[in-house]
Amino acid sequence: MTTSNELTPPPSATKTALKYLAGQLRQVGLFSALIVIVLFFQFATGGITLRPINVSNLVIQNSYILILAIGMVMVIIAGHIDLSVGSLVAFVGAMAGVMITQWHIPWPAAIVLCLVIGGVVGAWQGFWIAYFRIPAFIVTLAGMLLFRGAAQIALQNQQISPFPEAFRRMGSGFLPAFGTSGYEPLTLVLGGIAAIVLLYGSLRQRMVRHTYGLESEPLWYFILKLAFSVFLIGCMAFLLASYNGTPIVLVILGVLIVAYAAVMARSVFGRHVYAIGGNLNAAALSGVKTKRVTFLLFVNMGVISALAGLVFTAQLNLASPSAGTGFELDAIAAVFIGGAAVTGGIGTVTGAIIGGLIIGLLNNGMSILGVGTEYQSLIKGLVLLAAVAFDVYNKRRVGGR
Amino acid sequence: MTDHILEMQGITKTFPGVKALQDVSLGVKRGHVHAICGENGAGKSTLMKVLSGVYPAGTFDGQIVFEGKPVDFRSINDSEAAGIVIIHQELALSPYLSIAENIFLGNEQQSHGWIDWNKTNLEAAKLLERVGLKNNPVTKITDLGVGQQQLVEIAKALSKRVKLLILDEPTAALNDADSAHLLGLIKQLQEQGITSIIISHKLNEIEAIANEVTIIRDGRTIETLDMQADHVSEERIIKGMVGRELESRYPEHTPNIGEELLRIENWNVFHPIDVTRQIITDAGIRVRAGEIVGIAGLMGAGRTELAMSVFGKSYGVKISGKVFKRGVEIDMSTVPKAIRNGVAYATEDRKRYGLNLIDDITRNTSGSALGKLAGLFGFVDGHKEATVAGEYLKSLKIKAPSVSSITGKLSGGNQQKVVLSKWMYADPDVLILDEPTRGIDVGAKYEIYAIINRLADEGKGIIMISSELPELLGVCDRIYTLAEGRITADIPRSEATAEILMQHMTRERERGASDNLQ
Repeated sequence: MTTSNELTPPPSATKTALKYLAGQLRQVGLFSALIVIVLFFQFATGGITLRPINVSNLVIQNSYILILAIGMVMVIIAGHIDLSVGSLVAFVGAMAGVMITQWHIPWPAAIVLCLVIGGVVGAWQGFWIAYFRIPAFIVTLAGMLLFRGAAQIALQNQQISPFPEAFRRMGSGFLPAFGTSGYEPLTLVLGGIAAIVLLYGSLRQRMVRHTYGLESEPLWYFILKLAFSVFLIGCMAFLLASYNGTPIVLVILGVLIVAYAAVMARSVFGRHVYAIGGNLNAAALSGVKTKRVTFLLFVNMGVISALAGLVFTAQLNLASPSAGTGFELDAIAAVFIGGAAVTGGIGTVTGAIIGGLIIGLLNNGMSILGVGTEYQSLIKGLVLLAAVAFDVYNKRRVGGR
Repeated sequence: MTDHILEMQGITKTFPGVKALQDVSLGVKRGHVHAICGENGAGKSTLMKVLSGVYPAGTFDGQIVFEGKPVDFRSINDSEAAGIVIIHQELALSPYLSIAENIFLGNEQQSHGWIDWNKTNLEAAKLLERVGLKNNPVTKITDLGVGQQQLVEIAKALSKRVKLLILDEPTAALNDADSAHLLGLIKQLQEQGITSIIISHKLNEIEAIANEVTIIRDGRTIETLDMQADHVSEERIIKGMVGRELESRYPEHTPNIGEELLRIENWNVFHPIDVTRQIITDAGIRVRAGEIVGIAGLMGAGRTELAMSVFGKSYGVKISGKVFKRGVEIDMSTVPKAIRNGVAYATEDRKRYGLNLIDDITRNTSGSALGKLAGLFGFVDGHKEATVAGEYLKSLKIKAPSVSSITGKLSGGNQQKVVLSKWMYADPDVLILDEPTRGIDVGAKYEIYAIINRLADEGKGIIMISSELPELLGVCDRIYTLAEGRITADIPRSEATAEILMQHMTRERERGASDNLQ
């Protein structure tokens, strides 16, 4: 159904293709930026960036920021923010240290307890934000101070180390390796499964959309996107397989990404989050339980922060009162580089992950190049600004009348 | 050549894929009030944006001649410098600044680089006198009513030595008294030599004050009529706007009224901030299956407040009263409970309370009944959802390229239809429609009325709130009048006339009426 307004004559095929790409600029731009950055560092570091060991480290060292970004993007889509996640990482790490080394609680039980602590903290903040209507910025700013203090008290300003070997595997371990030389087969199999699942899911989705007559994505773009994704998975699998295999934290991350991407894209809860961020009043008058959704979002953020805290502590083999300083800013930056809107209502889990990877790549690449931390910070600031400026410009251009 | 203050010739403005304006010409005579009419989406606003420099010279074809000279406005500043001021439908005042500060915003009265407050307030007071606003210039904008804010906008325009004043739907949000005052003011300004262009849906107002009217349809100028010489009537304008003679503005409808569906008893509501102020007093309303019940009231009578307080206590505090559905008392304490009990409320303010403007038609349509689309684990069936939205797109004749169009880019009438789709899909028994045709053109109004009738024929009860009495008289089976929070009459269609309704709507106000007339 088109309006009776006269349309311009049908342009040539390449023109339509370019126009479609321009419409997808946000998505395309983000992926292109990622590729350009990878290629740049690959070249500048003389091939170190894509060495198997470096790729493996990249995943492991950025895992907790990526985990935080998943929770953060949901909070930001709803039009809120969470500044307390860095402090919560420290607090949970501290509690894990105290439970395991001082109270001698078995580590699996300690993990569960820590996640519960995260949930309780999230509920505390969610209560003030959702039911008491204090802006999230203030509640979580208070939380940032509060939980940093709590972490210091729990640790009595000491550091706790070491942790049991089994616990540490959560942060820096690998899935058991099969075969002794060459490519590690389990990793290749996992990569293969991921690729097949992706192919099957996308094809099925497209076919269903086709039968309903809802398809708007051109075939060439669909194929291109799919081929690119499979290529990425393949590269990743081969690189990891030629080093130590699959990091355990990648499995955790993969499960989180798939689960939360689905929740945000397709579940009633996820849709309510977008509705709240897009127009809070309209959502409330449509029967969305806005307070409950907001409350649950912060509970979820608390649990995710706790998970990030556990992974971080396990990886460093250290619970420190100063752990996680500045993590909230990295996570927030990842979300905005990934295309979320400050005003809420816009953003995706995959976008936030790519944003997080871009930050991780910059950190990693610049460290290899020996760029000082002062310049690293400066460059990351510029990248964040450029990414959001691009987004805003793009929106204005497409916005039309 | 007669003395034209403004001539726009052959204006063509193209957006990607769409010609919004095609060879539009407009001639405005000096010292006249010139009306522009057209359905929503016809291109009136685009034309005014071209004129005022929002779309800079060069982004459109054609020529603008102002005061005998061709002009190339590159921004609003250019057009304002030339003496063209546009007042938009959504007022652009800063709420926490004073009247005087707003009037001179961007044009501060300075001496030696500092703001001269005495001069600011003195000049503002003079301007306020010209527009007939008796407030102190240091009053904050938030303390003013919409009608008064409108006058501040005009005072602001006067401060810029306006020669051509453009008013986009100036009376859309005003009550009758404020509208009358505003129209009087436009006439008065006309005597002082200020030319006005007025865009309006309210044809009786155009009839009352315009010298000429230009009708735009589908981005083209259809005709320009001289109100006196051509003996232009409302019907004549409508014919030009829709391109056909509307035999009737309201669809034929024979009601089939059944049992009582909803009854509201002894409803009391207090103001959420000023908690001692009672907004609704002892209101009682009932609606039967298949019945369309109207609520008539002047602005400030508490129509929206009544509806929203009933719908999940979305407005007000200290709410008391009972709601019965088919004789059984129901819990309406939250919006989800109200929806579960089969009551829906479609807001008067689509943009603020009705739609997620950055999301598409599909997701807005399913917005209040996602549960119906959810399968295992609370996941939404996206395909079914799009199919549902597609069905409403077709059956409500929503004009949009597809169900994935962003609702923020639709015209008012189409947005309203999306709001209706949302509530139709939630399948309530009672629908409260608050100003369902506000800001919507005549053709789309007819379609909305037809949809309302269809819903009533399905056995639903409809409560319709409207500021337009002819609309209530044309559509409703029974009309309640509301005055200062009290139901003052319950009048069946056969006995209702605009005069009778107005009598009851003003009944409680007589004592305070003189205060409200400024």
